[in-house]
Amino acid sequence: MNIHEYQAKALLKKFGAPVSDGAPILSSDDIESAVSSLPGPVYVVKSQIHAGGRGKGTFKELGADAKGGVRVCFSPEDAIANAQEMFGKTLVTQQTGPAGKQVNRLYIEDGADIDQELYLSILVDRENSKVSFVASTEGGMDIETVAHETPEKIHTIAIDPLAGISADDVAKLNAAFELSGDAAKDGETLFPLLYNAFVETDMSLLEINPLVTLKDGHLKVLDAKVSFDGNALFRHPDIAELRDETEEDEKEIEASKYDLAYIALDGDIGCMVNGAGLAMATMDIIKLYGASPANFLDVGGGATTEKVTAAFKIITSDPNVKGILVNIFGGIMRCDVIAEGVVTAVKEVGLEVPLVVRLEGTKVQEGKDIINSSGLNVIAADDLDDAAQKVVKAVKG
Amino acid sequence: MSILINQDTKILVQGLTGKTGTFHTEQALAYHGTKMVGGIHPKKGGSTWTAGTGDAAGTELPIFASVKEGKEVTGADASVVYVPPAGAAGAIIEAIEAEIPLIICITEGVPVRDMVEVKARLLDSNSRLVGPNCPGILTPDACKIGIMPGSIFKDGTVGVVSRSGTLTYEAVFQTTQAGLGQTTAVGIGGDPVKGTEFIDVLDLFLDDEETKSIIMIGEIGGSAEEEAAEWLTEQAKQGRKKPIAGFIAGRTAPPGRTMGHAGAVISGGKGGAEDKTAAMEAAGIVVSPSPAKLGETLLKAIG
Repeated sequence: MNIHEYQAKALLKKFGAPVSDGAPILSSDDIESAVSSLPGPVYVVKSQIHAGGRGKGTFKELGADAKGGVRVCFSPEDAIANAQEMFGKTLVTQQTGPAGKQVNRLYIEDGADIDQELYLSILVDRENSKVSFVASTEGGMDIETVAHETPEKIHTIAIDPLAGISADDVAKLNAAFELSGDAAKDGETLFPLLYNAFVETDMSLLEINPLVTLKDGHLKVLDAKVSFDGNALFRHPDIAELRDETEEDEKEIEASKYDLAYIALDGDIGCMVNGAGLAMATMDIIKLYGASPANFLDVGGGATTEKVTAAFKIITSDPNVKGILVNIFGGIMRCDVIAEGVVTAVKEVGLEVPLVVRLEGTKVQEGKDIINSSGLNVIAADDLDDAAQKVVKAVKG
Repeated sequence: MSILINQDTKILVQGLTGKTGTFHTEQALAYHGTKMVGGIHPKKGGSTWTAGTGDAAGTELPIFASVKEGKEVTGADASVVYVPPAGAAGAIIEAIEAEIPLIICITEGVPVRDMVEVKARLLDSNSRLVGPNCPGILTPDACKIGIMPGSIFKDGTVGVVSRSGTLTYEAVFQTTQAGLGQTTAVGIGGDPVKGTEFIDVLDLFLDDEETKSIIMIGEIGGSAEEEAAEWLTEQAKQGRKKPIAGFIAGRTAPPGRTMGHAGAVISGGKGGAEDKTAAMEAAGIVVSPSPAKLGETLLKAIG
């Protein structure tokens, strides 16, 4: 689960991290009071969307010469005018795709007197199964570009999970950032604090780009991007509250209510599959036969008829869907449960596109019998290959 | 022959008294008499569990208060964990401390932070962990640990290792259809931090005399497939080599999205299917572009 920058900063501040004073703007009525709550003279107005590259982004509704999604302003009036111009507009960045994202929230904060920009992130390194810091003196840039062009400027420091962060780790981080004096002293407090915040709140990514040294020699967290491990949210109800559903696809929100793993895509063949691997493989085989999947959907191992019905409704609610492929290899998931769910759903919402069903595994015969005796116009498939070809043919003709 | 488990493997169940644990233990007992020897429940030690349905209905198993006690009494050499996510890591750690040689965690949704700790505790331990978020291990006609459907298996010569449960079933089903059958199928699970990796299982399959060929199924995310490919290349130089067919799920997955499995995500431009496929092909693995042609591709690899 992702959160906004202003939420991430509030969280890090609670752990004691140095962040600028700021005020979130959740409605255009909040703009003036947010600006007047800050001392000035420099204000930074930042679009709050769940995507990077905001500074270099462009607003769809504004002219080509308009400024980006992060703006530095030098008077309260200037800050108010810019915030009013940005609020509610659609920001297109490298990460949003051409459709962009509507800016429903802004964050306005105190300007900082920056000396140097650094890059810091914390993540779970899959190669060594440890929480690791990634540190670079090349802050404020796209870290993938840095990794590609100057890999020697990226340092990875893995933390022993049982011992926690050590003085030695902190020294390595200070060296990686080439910090000395007050900044290095700040690092001794900041790095352990960030590690603890990461572990205690079950983050999956904490990215500070940039972490800056100020002209006065101290460190400051200038940006913060935080994602949490969705599997650990059960122990953090306060963090689960930070979820911003306006950032998510409506069908994905609906699917999450039924505990379905659903991801909307831009193709025209809707898929309902059990198991994440098979669901991905089903998308792949549709592509292999020349069509595109409209979604990823794993109904999971313990799906009930209600869950399958909900899944089917979500698929058919997508206007792009021109055909549906149900692909089930029953292990724990029984084919008869799937079949009943499909039949119930079709009876409820109707079926206006071709439906291809491939069933295999546990209770396969019972499942096929339910489909066959339902009187529904279903195209039965013998195996996965047959199913993929049939659904592509039904859609493409 | 087989790897990891056989007809003599004695298995404890952590989370037996729950609905999932009960159902799959009934299924395991019914599968060629898999030797389930007891369950663990901290508050129900001394009681008895009875299989309610299936071919093994009526079979009774003792419940122990701890894994340690269960192991001492039964001589168990494996434990399967069905404990819900919040307690799963604790259950695995209890089994590590009791020195259970083989621990298989089926549970999906274990927090990564918990697995980072488990992984650290596995170092210098006497245990091997398979999973979490995996379908388990099955040796045809001998032993079933976990949730794989026994009916699609056939005793034979193919070793199957996979990050995905249902794609394991595809591989098993298709090698059964191809007349090859399996020695053992191992689901290593779809989480980013897990106990057993491809290399561990491939090493066992290369050593196992009855395993004549291998199917390896990976998916997007991480670099375990690349590491395995590199390792296989090194092994081949030393003459350790078997025909391998492969498949990578997620060629059409959008970057940055977690595809159902916590570990199936392309992040920072890394973990894409093309890199994995290229690495596997460079190691001599015949990679099938279609998940429906795993059996066919393996026959091609065998030649």
